[in-house]
Amino acid sequence: MELREFINFPGLTFPGLKITLLKPDIFFKQWYSWYSKIHSSHLESPLEVFHNHVYRLGIPDSHIVLMLADDMACNYRNPKPATVFSHKNMELNVYGDDVEVDYRGYEVTVENFLRVLTGRLPPSTPRSKRLLSDDRSNILIYLTGHGGNGFLKFQDSEEISNMELADAFEQMWQKRRYNELLFIIDTCQGASMYERFYSPNLMALASSQVGEDSLSHQPDLGIGVHLMDKYTFYLLEFLEEVHPASQANMNDLFKVCPQSQCVSTPGHRTDLFQRDPGSVLITDFFGSVRKVEITKDTINLTSPVEPPIKRSGSSDIQIESLTYVDQLPVAEIIHQKPKQKDWHPPDGFILGLWTLILLVFFQTYGIKHLKHIF
Amino acid sequence: MGITAAAARDEFQEELVIRPLHSGDIYASFQFRTLWDTDFLQEGQKVSHYRLFPKSLGQVLSKFSVRELHISFTQGFWRTMQWGQPFIPSPPGAELWVWFHDTVSDVDGNWKELTNVLSGIFCASLNFIDLTNTVQPSASFKPLGLGNATDHRFLRYATLPREIVCTENLTPWKKLLPCGSKAGLAVLLKSEKLFHSSFHSQAVHIRPVCQHKNGLDFAKILDAPSFCIHLCINCYLHLFTEWSLFKMFSRTLTEACPLATSSKVYVDITDNPEGELFELSPATPLLSQAVVLGDRRTYSVFDLTRAETFGQLRSLNLLLRWKGDGGEMLRPLLHAERYVAGFGLQTGEIHTVIYNNHPYRAFPVLLMDSVPWYLQLYIHTLTVTSKSRDNKPSYIHYQPAKDRHRPHLLEMLIQLPPHSMTEVTVQFERALLKWTEYTPDPNHGFYVGSSVVSALVPSMVAMSTNFTQDQPLFSSFVPVKEESSYFVRVYTEPLLVNLPTPDFSMPYNVICLTCTVVAVGYGSFYNLLTRTFQVDEPSLPLAKRLANLIRRIRGVPLLT
Repeated sequence: MELREFINFPGLTFPGLKITLLKPDIFFKQWYSWYSKIHSSHLESPLEVFHNHVYRLGIPDSHIVLMLADDMACNYRNPKPATVFSHKNMELNVYGDDVEVDYRGYEVTVENFLRVLTGRLPPSTPRSKRLLSDDRSNILIYLTGHGGNGFLKFQDSEEISNMELADAFEQMWQKRRYNELLFIIDTCQGASMYERFYSPNLMALASSQVGEDSLSHQPDLGIGVHLMDKYTFYLLEFLEEVHPASQANMNDLFKVCPQSQCVSTPGHRTDLFQRDPGSVLITDFFGSVRKVEITKDTINLTSPVEPPIKRSGSSDIQIESLTYVDQLPVAEIIHQKPKQKDWHPPDGFILGLWTLILLVFFQTYGIKHLKHIF
Repeated sequence: MGITAAAARDEFQEELVIRPLHSGDIYASFQFRTLWDTDFLQEGQKVSHYRLFPKSLGQVLSKFSVRELHISFTQGFWRTMQWGQPFIPSPPGAELWVWFHDTVSDVDGNWKELTNVLSGIFCASLNFIDLTNTVQPSASFKPLGLGNATDHRFLRYATLPREIVCTENLTPWKKLLPCGSKAGLAVLLKSEKLFHSSFHSQAVHIRPVCQHKNGLDFAKILDAPSFCIHLCINCYLHLFTEWSLFKMFSRTLTEACPLATSSKVYVDITDNPEGELFELSPATPLLSQAVVLGDRRTYSVFDLTRAETFGQLRSLNLLLRWKGDGGEMLRPLLHAERYVAGFGLQTGEIHTVIYNNHPYRAFPVLLMDSVPWYLQLYIHTLTVTSKSRDNKPSYIHYQPAKDRHRPHLLEMLIQLPPHSMTEVTVQFERALLKWTEYTPDPNHGFYVGSSVVSALVPSMVAMSTNFTQDQPLFSSFVPVKEESSYFVRVYTEPLLVNLPTPDFSMPYNVICLTCTVVAVGYGSFYNLLTRTFQVDEPSLPLAKRLANLIRRIRGVPLLT
C-alpha cells in the first residue's frame, strides 16, 4: 500500500513517520532547594535556565526533570500570581505558560533526588518523574540553594552530602546511565560538593570555592527578596549568546563570572573527564539537535487497523438497560445493611493470649481431669 | 441487522458561562465536554482509536478498569453565602474520587497505581494519596454516570487539602482538550490572569453517559453507553465597574474550536430584565432559559460557530458596564461551615454547622467527614443539635481510624428542620507523631480535609427530567431524577490543626550532651582506676651522657 493511500484512509489516526535519532538524547535536570528568609533567589535560577535557554536550544519537556521545593509563583504573597521574574524590570516571566514541574513541594527530598538519579523508583512512578537515560545520554544537572562545606540543604530539614552525591554518580556509571555528565552548582562553598567525585566522564562547575560564599544579585523591593544569584546571572548572560549551532566550548564556560563580578571565585573540575574541555561544545549538554533522515524510497506499510464494527439494532437487547443512579436515595440509605467485614484469622496477640490461657489451664488441671470438665 | 463500519462519533462541546454577581464580581465557568464513542462494557476489546478523547486518560481508564473518575484542583475557598452555589462544587486543594468496575479484584492496588499515574499526568503531588488518607464512603458519592451496581467496595475517595494549583497543573489540563489552547474558548485560559482570582478550580470528570440524547427518557436507553469527559474551570474574579473579556483574560475570542459541534458563551441576565443593573455589549438577540440549581435563569447566548457573532473586527470582546448598585442576592438554601474549638495542643473539638435557609421545608443531608488518624476522635462525645434540641441522625456509619493505616470516616444522614442551624460537634485528642512523620514545616499545622454535605434541596421551579440536546452543559451535569428537588454538594472549609511539635534539634543536643558526659565523667573515672604512676628520670644533657659512656667502659659508678 502506498503512503498516500495510507494517510487518506478515513477515520484513522495517522501514526506518524519514523524519525531516526542520530544524536543521543540529552537530558537536563534541575533541582532547587528551600529558600530562606535571607535571600530567596533560588527559584528564578532553574526556571530561567530551563525556560529561556534549554528549551530554546531544543531539549523537550519530556527530557527535563524539574524539582522545585517551593511554590512561589502561586503563593499568596506573590503580588502577581503565576509569574516569576528574573529581572527587576519584570520583562520576562520565567514561569511561562507551559512549565511542567515534576517534583514539587514535599516531594523534593534527598531520597527522591537520589532515586531519580539512580533509577530506583517504585514501578508505578510515571515517566515524567523518571530519568530515562541510557549510556549514550549526556546529562546536565543544575543545583542551587543553600549549602556549606560538603553538603547542600534540602527543604530546611535535610542535607545531601558530597559523598552521597559521588556515590550516586558512581551507581549511575556502573548502571551505564550516562555518557557524560555536567554538574553545575550554585551555593555557598559549592566546590566542596564536587571534591569527592570519582566516576569517569564527570565535569563539574561551582560558583564558589571552599570557604567562600555565593552572593545574590538583584533585590526586588516590591516583594523584599532577591531575584537571582550572581553566578547564575552571569552564566545566563553567557548562555544568551549560545544558539543551537554555536561552537562555544567548555573553556568559555569556565571563564564565566570571574571574581571581579562574582566576588566569589568560581571553580571547575575536569580531571575525570576523558575529552579535552576545549573540544566539548556547550550544546552537547545544554541543547539537543535531532537529525532527521529523509528518504525517497517507497515504504510498504501494513494494512491499517480496522475500526471496531458497530452492530446496530437487535443484538443490543441483551445488554441490560442502564439508568442514572439516584444521588441521595434516602430510603435506601436508612435501610442499608451494614457492610460485611471480611473475616480475618486472629492476630498474633490474640493467638498468644489464648495459648497462654490454655497452657495455664492444662498445667493446673492436667489432662486426666478433662473428662470431668467436658 | 446490518453490520456497518460506523465512523467514530466523538463529539466535543464547549461553553463559557459568565455570571455577574451583585457585588461587582464575575463568576466565569468554562466547560468542555468530549463524548467518546466507545463500548466500555465489552471485555477484552483493546481500544486504539482516539479522536477527540485524550489518549493519556483513555489508557488510564482501560488499564485500571475505571468506571468513573473525578479529579479537581482548587485554589481558594468558595464562599457560598456571598457568591451563591457554584455549578460544579469542589473543595480546596486536590480531590479525587473514583468508581472502579466490579471486575476489579484488587481495588487498593489499582487505586495506588492510579494516583501515581495521575500525579504524572497532572504534575501534582497526588502520589501522597495513600491508605492513610483514602476512605471508602458508604453512602455519599454515588456514581454520576450510568450504571446499575452501586457496591461501595469499588469506590475510593481521597483529598489533599494542601495541594497548590499553579501553571504546571493548568498546562497538562489544557493538553487534554482537542483544540488545546489554540482555538475556541481555551485561548482565554492564560495562567497569568487566570490565577489572579479569588477562586480558581479546574476539574476533570469522566463518566459513562447515554449516547442518544434526543428527548428519550434515559431509563429506556438500550445502547451501550459512551464515556463523557467533562473539563471545567471555575474562576471568580473581582472587578469593578466595567469588565470585558480582554480585561479579564487578556485575550478576545476569535473563533470557535473547529472540532467542536457547539461553542457558546452564556451571560446570565436574569437579574437584569430591564437593563437597569448592567449593560451588555455587543447585544445579541439569542436568549435561552435554563433551570439551574432550582432557579430559572435567563441567558444571553453568543454562538461562536456562527460567523456573525464576531462582527466586523472578527473578534468577540464582551463588555459589561455596571449601571446600578446590585441588590441583595438570594440566600442559598444550604450552607455549611466548620471550625476547630478548644485551646492547647492536647484536645480540641470539631464543630460543623449546617444551615437550612428554606422557610418551611425540611430536607435530609448526608454529612461525610474524613478525619486523619492523628486527630483521635472520641465518638461518644458526638452530638447533633438543631434549634438547641437533640437531632438523632437516621443513619450513621462510622469507621474508626487505625494509626498510620486508615483515617476516620463518619457519615450521617441528618434531617434538617426548616429555617434552622444544625451543629455537629465531636471532641478529639491530638496525637504525637514519630519524628520522621513530620513535614519539613510542622509548625504551619496539619490540614484536615473538607467535610462534604450532600443534599436534595427542594427546588422553587420544576426541574425537567428529560435530557435534550439543547440544554446547556452546566445545567445537565448532575442527572435529575425528580422534578421537585435538585442535588447539591457543599464543601466546608478545611481545618488547619496544630499538632504538638517536638524540638527537632533534640537528637543533636542529646548526642552532644551524652558524649560530653561520657567523656568527662566516665573517662576521668576510668583514668583514676587504671592509671599507674612511674618515676620519670629526666634525660641527661649530652656532655653527661658521653661522660657516662666513658665511665661505663672504665667500670666506675655513673653520674645522675
